[in-house]
Amino acid sequence: MSIFVTLGGIAAIVLIIWWFWLSKPKATHMEAQQTIDILVKDGTYQPAALEVPAGQALTLHFTRHDATPCAEKVVFSDLGISAELPLGKPTTVNLPALKPGEHEFTCQMGMYRGRLIAT
Amino acid sequence: MTTANESIRLAIDGMRCAGCVASVEKALRAIPGVAEANVNYASRTAEVSGNAEIAILLAAVGKAGYQASEIIDEETADSEKEAAEHAHYRLLMRKSWFALAVAIPALAFGFPAMLDDAIPHALMQEASPVLALLTLAVMLYSGPQFFVGAWKSLRNHTATMDTLIALGMAAAWGYSLTVTAAPQLFPAGTAEPFWDVIAVVIGLVVLGQALEMRARGRTSEAVKRLIGLKPKTARVVRDGQEIDIPLAEVRVGDTLRVRPGEKIAVDGVLIEGHSSVDESMLTGEPMPVEKQIGGEVAGGTLNKSGTFLFSATRVGKDTALSRIVDMVRQAQGAKPAIGRLADTVSAWFVPAVLIVAVVTFVIWFNIGPEPQLNFAMVAAVTVLVIACPCALGLATPMSVMVGVGKAAEHGILIRNGDALQQAGNLTTVILDKTGTVTMGKPAVTSLIPAAGRDTVGLLHLAASLEAGSEHPLAEAVLNAAKGHDLTLLPVQNFQAVAGQGVHGEVDGKHVRFGNYKFMEEHGIDCTALHAQAQQSAARAETPMFLAVDGVLAGIVAVADPIKPDSKTAIARLHALRIKVVMLTGDNAATAHAVAKQVGIDAVFAEVLPQDKDKQVAELIARGEKVGMVGDGINDAPALARADVGFAIGTGTDVAIESADVTLMSGSLHGVPNAIAISRATVRNIRQNLFGAFIYNVLGIPIAAGIFYPIFGLLLNPMIAGAAMAMSSVTVVSNAGRLRWFKP
Repeated sequence: MSIFVTLGGIAAIVLIIWWFWLSKPKATHMEAQQTIDILVKDGTYQPAALEVPAGQALTLHFTRHDATPCAEKVVFSDLGISAELPLGKPTTVNLPALKPGEHEFTCQMGMYRGRLIAT
Repeated sequence: MTTANESIRLAIDGMRCAGCVASVEKALRAIPGVAEANVNYASRTAEVSGNAEIAILLAAVGKAGYQASEIIDEETADSEKEAAEHAHYRLLMRKSWFALAVAIPALAFGFPAMLDDAIPHALMQEASPVLALLTLAVMLYSGPQFFVGAWKSLRNHTATMDTLIALGMAAAWGYSLTVTAAPQLFPAGTAEPFWDVIAVVIGLVVLGQALEMRARGRTSEAVKRLIGLKPKTARVVRDGQEIDIPLAEVRVGDTLRVRPGEKIAVDGVLIEGHSSVDESMLTGEPMPVEKQIGGEVAGGTLNKSGTFLFSATRVGKDTALSRIVDMVRQAQGAKPAIGRLADTVSAWFVPAVLIVAVVTFVIWFNIGPEPQLNFAMVAAVTVLVIACPCALGLATPMSVMVGVGKAAEHGILIRNGDALQQAGNLTTVILDKTGTVTMGKPAVTSLIPAAGRDTVGLLHLAASLEAGSEHPLAEAVLNAAKGHDLTLLPVQNFQAVAGQGVHGEVDGKHVRFGNYKFMEEHGIDCTALHAQAQQSAARAETPMFLAVDGVLAGIVAVADPIKPDSKTAIARLHALRIKVVMLTGDNAATAHAVAKQVGIDAVFAEVLPQDKDKQVAELIARGEKVGMVGDGINDAPALARADVGFAIGTGTDVAIESADVTLMSGSLHGVPNAIAISRATVRNIRQNLFGAFIYNVLGIPIAAGIFYPIFGLLLNPMIAGAAMAMSSVTVVSNAGRLRWFKP
């Protein structure tokens, strides 16, 4: 029995490492002119990964349906931008032209995480 | 997408008659999605309901020949936010009470195990299926957010606190159900369910979230107080009548009446009457400010004595107060460098805890005491429940929220997280002289003519030449000329040499007016008045030399009075163990005289404006952490070069975007205040981070049973749940302590 539990444990660890650290969710492709709507719901940003064009200013529309106070601010820490997200009301966040690469946006606590992949 | 899915209000400008009302209404109603549109001519507003995009509404009104803007009532938005938060708090409390109510029978059920079978075990066993249903109800009513959140984050390849709680609770419930349904699978006497853990942990974690929410509300008090400064209504004079209208409906160009004891509604310029205005709520400056016709007034400030009329120049989100609120909010979301470590850790934290839980389970299952499965399950669940990523995540932002708000209360606007952190590390503060240490309002104090010249002639030439100059000292000379009723002479070929002086042709003569260096470079002999110039400089005056056709004609001495509180502010900087240096374009003797009066440690005098930033860079290169204090306009490059640039304001009319830190009041005390608040905030962040790290670093191994082999100690998951709930509350409450800090 214990050998199965040990092997199961090792398999679980491998799965955790792979799922959370090595693999990444597929990004939704967006054009700069498109309206980019992001829902803040159930502890996540939906969608949480967006592929956007680099070098063009973007407008994101956040709507928060999650009453958890953690979610009340969205922070783009590498861009030095943050915005308050009132519950249920769409909030526009204007971003400058992004450099190619990943730009993370999070809640203030870094628990809700999203990525803009500028290409 | 911004849509008018509820009733929204637009401000309409440009309507002249009732006919305009009809055309605006028609334009709005023609838009698909608009259910109803009503225009009020008296208040120049439109109420629109439906689901059309606001941008389209504004464009349609524009096309009809009018201007429209959305009316955003911040106070209403703020009270809506408060109501939503309160509703969520009450929901969390109900969820918590339900779980804790279920915990009572569940705990009673667990007693036999706790009391080492003092109560017959079989007696309680019958209740197990009932508790299975009750705890399922707890998970479905009190804790579904953990499960939904965990699932959604899992799909995004992320893990949060929800993941830990959901996994811990699901494991505990699944295990307890198996024990209840099939006790024969377990060795005799070891089939121990733990229903109590589910009810207690969910109850306490949700209670912790509710308490945390309460405590968080208090961390944004500063912004609430700023928003609360705005009056609800304004008294506008329209068509010769005074009417009270909602603040959001005041337009640029409206004339407003303010009576003694009333708040000023929006920013504007005084056009009739005079008064003294208390601006302390914005600038931190306790002395009321005298306002005359042409003087600027700021929304949210308090009229003390007189009645006056003013014309609105900035309304809504453009007022100084609204810009301050925006800036404070923006800065409250900023992360100082100290918090970035916690961010990195929290990204790795939850999956790492999951791995620790798996390892704990496997180890105790293999080498643990009997009953091994039960033991391994308890230890793994305890690891999941005790780990608190939230405390780590909350540590920095909560303190930043309170620290930035506290600074705003003292008229200090901090632009970003790094400025907040760096201000506390400064070792040297450089002060610009004019307008920073001194009032910046120089006056002519003496006129010393050379032999054969007279004082009025000297002033007449100097003032005529300076009429085209923008230098602050020029204003002093021109004011003195005005006092003597002198008519200025025309000037030809005027030229200004930055940091030195001015020259041009006056009355057919070449006149040169500036500092000693200016004269020296052009070979003008100043020895005749050398002694007088030195005496003047020793009195902290600035002697300026006037030469006519290459011959010295006299000295115009100008003094800029030192601000009354500069000396005490500099003493406070010394008490904070900070060196204070003065940087000025003024002559060395005057600069040293001022420095001596206020207790400044070192002086860089006769520095040209374009070289100020080089002096800052030089001090940085010597390893000093340099703060530069200046007016934000002339000193902009030096402010940008410094580790922290402080723009010192002149009341509410200040370019608040210009520096890392903006001091709304003209007092130098803003600098030690900002440094003290920065140090207190960073200290608070350190306490929070230390607490959160230590809690997790000690808590997780203890939960995993590291002390079991030595002391026989294994943590109860319920205690772990209580500790986890309290750790977040502790962090938020500790940040809240900063509210009482006095710089």
